[in-house]
Amino acid sequence: MAQVEAGGPMLDAAGVPLKVSLARAERRNRMRALGLVLPLLAFILITFVYPIALMVFRGVDNPTVSEFLPETAEMLRAWDGEGLPEDAVFASMAREFAKASKERTLGKVATRLNYELSGSRSLVTKSGRNLRRLKTEPTKADLVALDKRWNQPETWSVLKRLAEPYTLSYYLAAIDKTYNVDGAIVDQPESRQIYVALFLRTLWVSLLITALCVLLAYPIAYLMAILPTKTSNLLMILVLLPFWTSLLVRTSSWIVLLQTEGVLNDILVWTGIIGDDGRIQMIYNMTGTVVAMVHILLPFMVLPLFSVMKTISPTYMRAAKSLGATPARAFWTVYFPQTVPGIGAGSILVFILAIGYYITPALVGGRTGQLISNFIAYHMQQSLNWGLAAALGGILLAGVLALYWIYNRLVGIDNMKLG
Amino acid sequence: MNRMMKYTGAAVVALSAAAYAAGPAAAADALTVVSWGGAYTKSQVEAYHKPYTAKTGTKINSEDYNGGLAQVRAQVEAGNVTWNLVDVELSDAVRGCDEGILEPIDHSILPAAPDGTAAADDFLPNTLTECSVGTIVWSTVFAFDASKYPDAKPTEIADLFDTEKFPGKRGLRKNPKVNLEWALMADGVPLEQVYEVLGTPEGVDRAFAKLDTIKDDVIWWEAGAQPPQMLADGEVSIASAYNGRLFNAIFTEKKPFEIIWDGQVWDLDLWVIPKGAKNMEATLDFVKFSTDTQRLADQSKWISYGPVRQSSFPLVADDVKPHMPTAPENFKAALQNDFEFWADNADELNERFAAWLAK
Amino acid sequence: MVAENAEILVRFEEVQKSYDGEVLVVKNLNLDIAKGEFLTMLGPSGSGKTTCLMMLAGFETATHGKIILDGESINNVPPHKRDIGMVFQNYALFPHMTVAENLAYPLVVRKMSKSDIEARVQRALDMVQLGGFAGRRPAQLSGGQAQRVAVARALVFEPKLVLMDEPLGALDKQLREQMQYEIKHIHDNLGVTVVYVTHDQSEALTMSDRVAVFNDGVIQQLAPPDQLYELPENSFVAQFIGENNKLSGKVTAVNGSTCTVEVDGSGEVKAVPVNIDGIGSRSSLSLRPERVMVNPSDGTCPNVFDAQVEELIYLGDHMRTRVSVCGHDDFIVKVPNSAGHVHLRPGETVKVGWQAEDCRALDA
Repeated sequence: MAQVEAGGPMLDAAGVPLKVSLARAERRNRMRALGLVLPLLAFILITFVYPIALMVFRGVDNPTVSEFLPETAEMLRAWDGEGLPEDAVFASMAREFAKASKERTLGKVATRLNYELSGSRSLVTKSGRNLRRLKTEPTKADLVALDKRWNQPETWSVLKRLAEPYTLSYYLAAIDKTYNVDGAIVDQPESRQIYVALFLRTLWVSLLITALCVLLAYPIAYLMAILPTKTSNLLMILVLLPFWTSLLVRTSSWIVLLQTEGVLNDILVWTGIIGDDGRIQMIYNMTGTVVAMVHILLPFMVLPLFSVMKTISPTYMRAAKSLGATPARAFWTVYFPQTVPGIGAGSILVFILAIGYYITPALVGGRTGQLISNFIAYHMQQSLNWGLAAALGGILLAGVLALYWIYNRLVGIDNMKLG
Repeated sequence: MNRMMKYTGAAVVALSAAAYAAGPAAAADALTVVSWGGAYTKSQVEAYHKPYTAKTGTKINSEDYNGGLAQVRAQVEAGNVTWNLVDVELSDAVRGCDEGILEPIDHSILPAAPDGTAAADDFLPNTLTECSVGTIVWSTVFAFDASKYPDAKPTEIADLFDTEKFPGKRGLRKNPKVNLEWALMADGVPLEQVYEVLGTPEGVDRAFAKLDTIKDDVIWWEAGAQPPQMLADGEVSIASAYNGRLFNAIFTEKKPFEIIWDGQVWDLDLWVIPKGAKNMEATLDFVKFSTDTQRLADQSKWISYGPVRQSSFPLVADDVKPHMPTAPENFKAALQNDFEFWADNADELNERFAAWLAK
Repeated sequence: MVAENAEILVRFEEVQKSYDGEVLVVKNLNLDIAKGEFLTMLGPSGSGKTTCLMMLAGFETATHGKIILDGESINNVPPHKRDIGMVFQNYALFPHMTVAENLAYPLVVRKMSKSDIEARVQRALDMVQLGGFAGRRPAQLSGGQAQRVAVARALVFEPKLVLMDEPLGALDKQLREQMQYEIKHIHDNLGVTVVYVTHDQSEALTMSDRVAVFNDGVIQQLAPPDQLYELPENSFVAQFIGENNKLSGKVTAVNGSTCTVEVDGSGEVKAVPVNIDGIGSRSSLSLRPERVMVNPSDGTCPNVFDAQVEELIYLGDHMRTRVSVCGHDDFIVKVPNSAGHVHLRPGETVKVGWQAEDCRALDA
């Protein structure tokens, strides 16, 4: 029994303030709940949050020069960046080049420098090899004698930027910008501009795919929701069947169907709709990417839609009709609005999957059907420019979060229903 | 920062490990040799791996990859090197060595030629680098489907770019390498000046302008096995390809393709050892075994790539000789891939190529 | 049974319905519903009552026969053109609309002017005493409130006919009783014709002008509530409506307005012959528990039997007493808790008796 003292806090039977004993009782429950979710929490932190944070960080991380040419990097940071640095900087660099070349770490510096200044990889590695062979301590004269570029302010202004522990250059490159000789941010030359257009293309294609998925999934989900369970289960299996098939198999079968010598073109030629030399290019371009991705992502739209539609009682439609609405009007004013949460959930799911999709565009996208994730993969696996890959990934992540935020503002995330 | 690289490296290794989990489990004393797959890996298995296992009892696990240094780098940085020996291109051999992710190899251990010529003299120039030992000369050439051109047939590199005279889709590698060189050759730049011209901004513009003329007719390929398949499917009429893959399609699978050797761009494949690889002794022993005169010559039985040892040439079967990139009649207009040019300019040209493609 | 001069609003003519082509769920239904009437279709589940309602609303088509509304066949009129209001079992309030939008829906569909709509919605809300709830969402309403809104929505466009499909099924007992009166009052005030479906007989008796008792796809009896209770025409109705004591036996004599039924091995009972096939046929006797007298004065009852008290249940206003009579141990007697009533004890043997006119001889 709780006791009340005049003006004092509520006490429990043992005279302890009620709030304290409540908190104590609740704490035990909270600890138990925490204990239950702890493994998952740790799993998510280690496998999801940490790598993403690492990736975002790598987009600005700039450790190479500071790590492999530590003294020179320090001197470069102290330098004002006007014209050429003092002779001591040259000398220190020559010394550290020789050392790094011996330790086989100079290649990393060369790679890093080459991202910023094309053609400088061989400049660095050759200089290092030559300096290493010198019998005496390398000096400024040795360095400058190797290549006239060592006497140009452009080279040094790039080196100074690389000496900083953090850099914006990857993020700038990811939005088609770069530093000019004076250190100002300018557009890339037009022949090298690519990523902004790609981001926009990815966004547009993902929206298109989402819209197509809604259009195609809605009728089938509706059918599944109104048919008797036995029939709808069969439909459900048909919807899920592609889900259980390997992605590569599915994509390859689209190639078989759509290629210029493929099934569909053969049928069109055979029926005389097109001539043999008028075969339509339906794959290895944007059409191929869109068709294959819509097919692959369709179940992600059908399932949320179906699970939402399943819960909509048919009496709503009956009620609307009994109130005088034509079937079409009843559908649009009563049924459709109730499926909006399903459309929202499916759209978010499909859109987010589409915006990061990689295998399908790589296989059937050809030249014009590539999306931003293909370039992230390219930089991860082939150019090995992980900084740029991280920056592109970071921007993609930020874009998805921004869209999610907008969606939440417009539709409300509470309005989303996955089942 | 280095530690961070390690962690990301570990993640990449974990992923690749998952991707290869289906492969054979590596026995303690087995060697894992990584190469490009398909007919090429088969030729290595037949010429090197099987005889070596027969001789020493050491098992060799063959793994496939698509080239590049990414996986080697990830393994080295994670400190968990599971590959023993990797077949790479020259530019990667040099770059990997510079970056310190490959082990230096002492060339004095390589066996001399049967006539006593020292290995250093027997290997073609530039086929032994600080961290690598060359095995074959291969070449990027182009081929056409003879059934598509019953009358006039393409004969020279300019024909690849002439869609009026030789209509039909082209299959080209989705990479600026070779394509830019060919564009300049077709535009009239003499072979020996190709890299000089390509080294200037005007030269690059000129090459891309030439590529522009066939851009809409090109289907781009990525894996070496694709172009023979695309030709066979009728998806393209003319395609660039690695000469060994074409040899396989023409002579093993009897496809009606013809190879044009004009303007072939040749390159090397070399053995490299990732830094910190286990079982170094056995690995080096395998390198010695596989690069001796007989083994290199044997490989040509399975694929038409040229051995890098001069002493191997006479041992190559006569019916394969005319299909080697290095055969005199094929080698008249041949360009060696300039690895240094590409080491310096790949970053920029890849980006420009990608931008060009996407437009 | 509709008064001769009353105007007929709905007429079912030989209506049959089958879902699978094998079984008839509604068998040859003929029914007239008068304008302004409150008619209830009562029956156990599967008896065909809801199917009849759905055919009337237009959501099911009749397999055979005609349904006539206001003099015209509506067999081929789609539901939205029938102008029939309907209240559904789960209310079917549109969850994405406010209460006011729900009420306005039929008016908007009929393209009324905005001011008209507002006025009517407000009037309808006031009618169900929910004037301040216009802006609420259905999910924010209690069951009773949602029910009132559903009723208001079915009435707001002033339909000729309102159908109600077990509208109170989801409410608790107290609320249900209250809503019964409210619906009844609305019906009285508006004079609208209501067809009401329920399986709850007390609901049917409370609200209806007439009740159609359904069983097995057939109307067993169509009558005002009092007749239904006091003058059941067959043993199903007697059993289904109210509490009933049933004694089985064989008809031994019929004599004008009385008959004699030999209750199996326990003596003869005098009853009213209602639904028997003649002498020698089997019959069920129906007797309401409140019509049974305990220890009746000599000579007042033609039927007097010994009864052993088995069980007593105290129910406040009366004692529900289970006794054994004539070999039936489920015979119920209601002993009113009035001043000076008899005190019974379990195991005690008493006499029970009843009048012949309170005991109806029905089909076996």
